[in-house]
Amino acid sequence: MSTQVEHAEPGFFRKYLWSTDHKMIAMQYMFTGMAMAMIGGYFAYAFRMQLGFPNQYVPGYGIVTPGRYNALVTMHGSIMIFWVAMPVLIAAFGNFLIPLMVGCDDMAFPRINRLSYQIFLLSALVLLSSFLVKGGPFGGAWTAYPPLSASGAYNLTPIGATLWLLAVALEFVAFLLGGINFTVTAMNSRAPGMKMYDIPILIWMIILANIIFMASVGPLIAGAVMLLFDQTLSTGFYDPTRGGDPLLWQHLFWFFGHPEVYVVLLPAMGIIAEIIAVFARKKIFGYKTVLYTTWAVGFLSFVVWAHHQFVAGIDPRMANIFSVTTLLISVPITEMVFLYIATLYGGSIHLDTPMLWALAFIAEFMIGGVTGIFLGSSGTDIYLHDTYFLIAHFHYTFVPIAIIAVYAGLTFWYPKMFGRMLNETLGKIHFWGTIIPFNVIFIPLFITGIAGDQRRVYNYAQFAEQSRPALQHLRTTSTIALLFMLAFQLVFLFNFFWSLRDGNAAGANPWRSTTLEWTVPSPPPHGNFAEMPTVYRGPYEYGLPGRSDDFLPQNVPD
Amino acid sequence: MLERYVTAASTYAHSIDHLFILIAAIVGFWLLAAEGMMFGLIFKFRARDGRPTQYITGEEPRLKRWISIPHYIIIVCDIVIVAAAITVWYDIKQVMPPADQTVRVIGQQWAWSFQQPGPDGVLDTADDIRTVGEMHVLVNTTYRFELLSRDVVHSFAVPAFRLKQDALPGRTISGWFRPNRVGTYDIQCTQMCGIGHALMAGRIIVETPQDHAAWLLRNSNPVVARQQAPPAPTAGDGSTTIAELRR
Repeated sequence: MSTQVEHAEPGFFRKYLWSTDHKMIAMQYMFTGMAMAMIGGYFAYAFRMQLGFPNQYVPGYGIVTPGRYNALVTMHGSIMIFWVAMPVLIAAFGNFLIPLMVGCDDMAFPRINRLSYQIFLLSALVLLSSFLVKGGPFGGAWTAYPPLSASGAYNLTPIGATLWLLAVALEFVAFLLGGINFTVTAMNSRAPGMKMYDIPILIWMIILANIIFMASVGPLIAGAVMLLFDQTLSTGFYDPTRGGDPLLWQHLFWFFGHPEVYVVLLPAMGIIAEIIAVFARKKIFGYKTVLYTTWAVGFLSFVVWAHHQFVAGIDPRMANIFSVTTLLISVPITEMVFLYIATLYGGSIHLDTPMLWALAFIAEFMIGGVTGIFLGSSGTDIYLHDTYFLIAHFHYTFVPIAIIAVYAGLTFWYPKMFGRMLNETLGKIHFWGTIIPFNVIFIPLFITGIAGDQRRVYNYAQFAEQSRPALQHLRTTSTIALLFMLAFQLVFLFNFFWSLRDGNAAGANPWRSTTLEWTVPSPPPHGNFAEMPTVYRGPYEYGLPGRSDDFLPQNVPD
Repeated sequence: MLERYVTAASTYAHSIDHLFILIAAIVGFWLLAAEGMMFGLIFKFRARDGRPTQYITGEEPRLKRWISIPHYIIIVCDIVIVAAAITVWYDIKQVMPPADQTVRVIGQQWAWSFQQPGPDGVLDTADDIRTVGEMHVLVNTTYRFELLSRDVVHSFAVPAFRLKQDALPGRTISGWFRPNRVGTYDIQCTQMCGIGHALMAGRIIVETPQDHAAWLLRNSNPVVARQQAPPAPTAGDGSTTIAELRR
């Protein structure tokens, strides 16, 4: 690949491990995220096998003891949110796409970018190292409520708990650095002519996600430092016998934890917007309205946190306020989804693999959205809180976010990243092999949740009402479906690596798209643009009347 | 709907169940409408040779109505749901009906223990009955509970009562329930509390007046009991209700 800038080819170390090129850092984040996803998936396999076939030997894992079960669910949750959804959706797609889509040669702060990845990698290694320490990894749930998380006497994993906390704190540092970088790049490095309303929705969403993250994470970092002191220096910030309060942590955690949901949701919604526009050959229906709903969601996401704590011992009157705000946030999100659906109207819809993923995202995410209403309503939350209904609900939001939208984005930008097309047939097999089992995993869990199955329990033998065979059948069904879903991921891995060498050459713009990343060669050379682009219009000019071509790229003069 | 899967054994169980059905009806309608609209559009506007794409910005008033009208209806639906949810919540969590008896529920790693008044009906007296893992209550009686934790956060949950409340170390949280169906029901801990979380089970046994009096007598301090309690009925030691439940 020849580039316009002549310079010596860097060595392996500088090219792959010490690079400041945004595309290489994106790949580092992506492959680290994929490796962590495999670990998180393996944990899900182990604990679902225990739930589906209680107390039996799990092939490839062993016996799941109560302590190991707690560690598995804790690590599954932590990894999938902090080490898969965030690095892949924000850092990998953000790094790869922000400079390419806004039309600049690299990030505003390339070395901060490199540092961000290195700290992220360190955080992942710290987390994984907790598997090697005495007592094993932390098992006090990904929410880490003290006093359980604050004292080794209670959680029996004194070193694992501290390592977990350190890993999370390091991960936040990495994403704070990344967030500053992304925001500055998108605000200051845009191509000439790209006005605020000419920025692709995905970039808007990543920026807003970063702003939400940076604004919400501060309280949790303070909380994490206090928890660290409680663990290691025997302070009593969360210890009621010494004037502390365990509820304080819950507020600090969820003040971050709920905005975090939207931190990962928004980039996913952005990916879907780009794909729907391209494959429906349509302008996004109400581009500005999509942005307004995004801002509304971002703002409201800061005032809903205590809906996680309705029955946690807060003043019961507070629940009323948070019920109202929680239902309120459903309005802009619903509207955003409606706008995406409306984009299909009048289009010419091509059901290529990326579009299948994008449409599946909407179809599945809506199920996650409406089931959230049951939990946001304080009255029903009394019963459904911490049951499998909740588990099924948030997996119907997080699987679309962290799995479906990621596959949508990967299959869509794969040609740009690697210069080759993925195999369509394998892509469709993988799609259906993921979507069908996904629903078969979680629909039964809605029912077991309604029947009262509480979460984080390795075995229901102690509970007469939950030990009914009918409920065990549902759990087993869910586990078997998970085995299918995991097996079909091998199809994707094969397709991914096989196509790197043997896929059809992609060309610069295989999907006939309008945004700037498709105007450069695939894969883009160092420095991205041979000639820096100028932008003349918004990002979604498809089907303009009176033209022979059905799309008009952003950088083509009138 | 909920009752198909779990017994309703307290006075407020049905109000939660009805709220669940109300929400299910409203969101179910919207889910079906939106999914139907989406799949309909995918089918209607699938790519066909020679059919051009329409150029629509989403600013056209004729088309914008398709977003704005549902938008207003959804706000109305949200108001209905919030009003119903708060009504249910208010009755269960915010007000305390006059209680017939007060009991103490204590969570610790990893068991529930209970402190109930003895025959004198007053908590914290010499004849209090202390039990572990099993709580005996009288049907159609309003209980006020004081919830404590000795170590970490636990959550006192009785699915059949639709009752759930976290227990926090360092504070006493009050609540109430009024069982209205005789039987034995599970008590769960629904908050991660350590490696014994799954073992933190209990039973709540809702008894007829006769059975409850017998249980009281069996568990009371014999001296106090002889002074205060009537002779125990010989039949009905509660085992029939357990057997009935395990049918």
